[in-house]
Amino acid sequence: MRRGTPKPESTDAVGREALQDRSAQAIERTFREESGRIIASLIRACGGDFDLAEEAMQDAFLVALEHWRRQGVPANPGAWITTAARRKAIDRLRRDRTLAAKRQLLETDSALTALAGETGEQAMNQVKDDRLRLIFTCCHPALALEAQVALTLRTLGGLTTAEIARAFLLPEPAMAQRLVRVKRKIREAGIPYRIPAEHTLPERLQAVLAVLYLIFNEGYAATAGDSLVRQDLCSEAIRLARVLCELMPDEPEALGLLALMLLHDSRREARTGAGGELIVLEEQDRSKWDQVEIREGTALLERALRMRRADAYQLQAAIAALHCTAARADETDWGQIAALYEDLSELQPTPVVYLNHAVAVAMAGGPEDGLYLLDDARLSEQLAGYHLYHAARADLLRRAGLHQEARVAYLHAVEGTENMAEREYLERRLREMTC
Amino acid sequence: MFLLYWNENDSPATPEEMIREHFAFTDQARARGAYVSSEAIGGTVAATTVRVRDGKTMITDGPFAEAKEVMGGFYILDCKDLDEALDFAARIPDARSAGVEVRPVMHVPGWDYGPTAEYSRQAMA
Repeated sequence: MRRGTPKPESTDAVGREALQDRSAQAIERTFREESGRIIASLIRACGGDFDLAEEAMQDAFLVALEHWRRQGVPANPGAWITTAARRKAIDRLRRDRTLAAKRQLLETDSALTALAGETGEQAMNQVKDDRLRLIFTCCHPALALEAQVALTLRTLGGLTTAEIARAFLLPEPAMAQRLVRVKRKIREAGIPYRIPAEHTLPERLQAVLAVLYLIFNEGYAATAGDSLVRQDLCSEAIRLARVLCELMPDEPEALGLLALMLLHDSRREARTGAGGELIVLEEQDRSKWDQVEIREGTALLERALRMRRADAYQLQAAIAALHCTAARADETDWGQIAALYEDLSELQPTPVVYLNHAVAVAMAGGPEDGLYLLDDARLSEQLAGYHLYHAARADLLRRAGLHQEARVAYLHAVEGTENMAEREYLERRLREMTC
Repeated sequence: MFLLYWNENDSPATPEEMIREHFAFTDQARARGAYVSSEAIGGTVAATTVRVRDGKTMITDGPFAEAKEVMGGFYILDCKDLDEALDFAARIPDARSAGVEVRPVMHVPGWDYGPTAEYSRQAMA
C-alpha cells in the first residue's frame, strides 16, 4: 500500500475484492483443467482408495478458497492443490488409524508411507501413468458397463453426480448409489490401480474405447427426451479421447475413435433446426459444419490409417470423412462409402451395418438396389423392431416413387421412435406421402 | 461342506453378536475334532463371473446367476489383486462349461481358524 493514498480502506477493499475474484476464477479453472490429473495421482498415492482421494481433493480445494483469497494465487495451482490434498489425506488416515483394525492398520500404514515418501513434484512427474491407471481402472471389465460410464464421467470428467444422473435420465439418488457400489466393488474385489500388462492391453484398450464411444453416442443421439444433442457428453467424450491419444499416441484404434467423434461432432450445428427438429445429412446447411473439427478429424484418420491396422472405428471415420468433405450432398462418393460399409460388415456383421450398407448402395446405384438388399428375408425379420430400418426403407420407397408402401413404412418407423426430433422428421415425411 | 446363506437386503441387527456366535460354534466344532476350515466371503457387490468360450475369456460384473447350475466345488487362492484372480479363474476347467464366480475372502477381526489366517500370520511375521 502506497503512503498518502486518500482512502486507504476503500482501495484496500477494492484490491481485496479483485484478489477474491481472481482466486475464485483460478479455483474454477484449476478444477476444470487439472482435477482429472490431480485425482489420478491422488488415487495412486492413497493406495487405490477412490473415496479417500476424492475427499482429500475436496478438502484441498476448500483450503485453497480461503488461502488463495488472502495470499494470492500460487504460481502452479495444480501442484499446490496436489500437495495440500496429500496432507489432507495423511490427516484423514491418521484420524482413521486410531479406529482401524489390525489388518487395515497395515494398509493404512503403507498408504501413509507412500503419501509421505513422495513430494508433490515427484507425484506430478508420474501423472502421465497415473492418468492411464485411472482410465483403465474406471473401465475395468469386471465392472458393469453402466458403472464404468458413470465412474469415468465422475472421476475422469469431474462431472457431478447430479449432472451424470440428468444425462442418463436417472434420479440422482440412484446414480449416487451406482457410484457407491462401483467404488465398493473396486475396493472389496481388489481391482488394481494399474496399467494392464502388455498381453491384455489390446483387449483392455477396446473396453476403454467402448466406454468413451458410448458416452459420445449418448450425447449425440439421445435415446429419449426432446434434446437431440446433449453437447456436454460429446465434448467430454472428445476431451477424454484426446487425453487417451496423447497418452497412447501409437494406438490407431484410439486415433480412429477420436477422428470419428470429431467428424460426427463437426455437423452438430447443422443437425437440428431452429425448433430442435432433426435435419438429415443431405438437407443440412454445409456451411454450418465445423471445418476446424473436420480438418483435425481427417488428419487424425490419415495418421491412424498409415499405421495399417484398420478397425471398425477407422472405417466408420473414413465413411464420416467422405460425407464431411463433400461440398454438396450430390457430390458424395457413395460408391466408396458402400465399399467401406461392406468392409465394416465383415468386422461388425450387425444388422445396423447391413442397413447402412444397403442405403449406401441405393445412393450409389438406385433405390431399387438398396431395397433389394433391405428386403432380404433374414434382415427384415431381424430388424422388424428397429425403427431406423423402417425409416430407411420408407425413404428408399419414397425415392422409388412407391408412395403407398412408403406410407406404411413411415408409420412403422414413427411407432418405434421415442426421440422427439426423429418423430417430427418422420411425421413430416408421412404428411408428404398423404398429399 | 456347509453353505451359509443370507439375504443381502437385511443386514443383521447385531453383526457383533453374530460373529460371537460363529466363534462359539467354531470352538464347539474344534473341540469335537471336526473343524477343517471356514471363511467369510464378500457380498455379491464384489463378485465377478468368468466364462471361457472358444478360448476367449469373458468377464462380467456380478454373481453367477443361472438357474440350472449348482455349486460344484471351490478353490481358495492367494492372489495379489483381482486381475491375478481372474487370470486363475479363466484356467479352471469349469470356466469353459458353466462359469467361475470370483469373490474376495473377507477379513474378520479375531478370526484365526481359516487357511487364509495362516497367510495373514505369515505376512505379518
